[in-house]
Amino acid sequence: MNYIETLLDKNGLMVAFLVTGLIMFTAEGISKFVFRKKIPGSAIAIFAGLVLAYFAGVLTEGKNGIADLTGLSGFKQMGGPVFRDFAIVSTAMGASFAVIKKTGIVGIFSLFLGVIITFSSGALLAFSMGITDAESLATIGAGACTFVVGPVTGTAVGASSDIIAISIGAGVIKSILVTIGTPLIAKYIGLDNPKSAMVFGGLLGTTSGVAAGLAATDAKLVPYGAMTATFYTGLGCLLCPSVLYFALKAITN
Amino acid sequence: MLLRGVALLAGCFIAGQLLGETLGRLMDIEANVGGVGFAMLFLILAQNELEKRNLFHVEMGEGILFWSKMYIPIIVAMSAIQNVRVAFTNGMLAVLAGIIPVIICLSLMPLLANKNQR
Repeated sequence: MNYIETLLDKNGLMVAFLVTGLIMFTAEGISKFVFRKKIPGSAIAIFAGLVLAYFAGVLTEGKNGIADLTGLSGFKQMGGPVFRDFAIVSTAMGASFAVIKKTGIVGIFSLFLGVIITFSSGALLAFSMGITDAESLATIGAGACTFVVGPVTGTAVGASSDIIAISIGAGVIKSILVTIGTPLIAKYIGLDNPKSAMVFGGLLGTTSGVAAGLAATDAKLVPYGAMTATFYTGLGCLLCPSVLYFALKAITN
Repeated sequence: MLLRGVALLAGCFIAGQLLGETLGRLMDIEANVGGVGFAMLFLILAQNELEKRNLFHVEMGEGILFWSKMYIPIIVAMSAIQNVRVAFTNGMLAVLAGIIPVIICLSLMPLLANKNQR
């Protein structure tokens, strides 16, 4: 049986593609049949990834989640920073400056405000719970933005894997909260026209959450919210490991 | 053509990472300063510029689109390799950091949206 393990490890990346595909397929099914699409499949899949990593950690006492299990070492490649950053950069395709202009000053203003306020309140919260180093604070503040900005920032500033895991968790919770909560509060925050949808997308930015939440509120608003939300992750990846991290470092020193 | 798109993406990626690392060096810190963000900016600039000159082929876009569709699966794989067991002791922090900033941002929503309507 040994040759099977060797084979799986040698083709680790392909095994990772296969297993991730199975996770996503299952998550889509759960989203459709259990939550009637109220929670997007992507959020469930990411959450499932974290849960699997937890059990793998308990089982192996290792630090690399399911990559510590025999045959699944390829996950380290697939989920590593190179593929991740490459895929994130590719999502910028299709964004045009004409669209940014159309969004107007308020859209841009809400983007900056959204990233800065979310980052600061996340970092402040982490600080109040006993975390003091600028690297971890920045990572958790960034994770409060989205589950992508957190790990990108964490890798860039050199935070530990458990802090990065917390930042992903925070981002996933935000995505789920926005998805479920948007239709419930839409009335109270005036979310009924394209411009307020743009402000909404800019302030919250978690693309899957904003898109799913707006779809459940009023499908016509989706493109407007998504328009600003798509810039949020990019802006977060730009600001969090740089200006905002320096500000934190200056304060903690 | 397909690979030209992937090559364009890779070029922007390397340039952005290089700029981020260089900035980190210049500021004397062990960090990549906004590399991913810069790479995204480069890609937007390059694509807009190429489209203006009618040089951005549909197939080039498809080469990049493949990777942008791989984005969520890769994020799933990434979350599966984190040290969640240790993070679990701080699970409350993840929950609060996911909820409280959203509430703060939402409370600002009426202010911004109203200002906008006029």
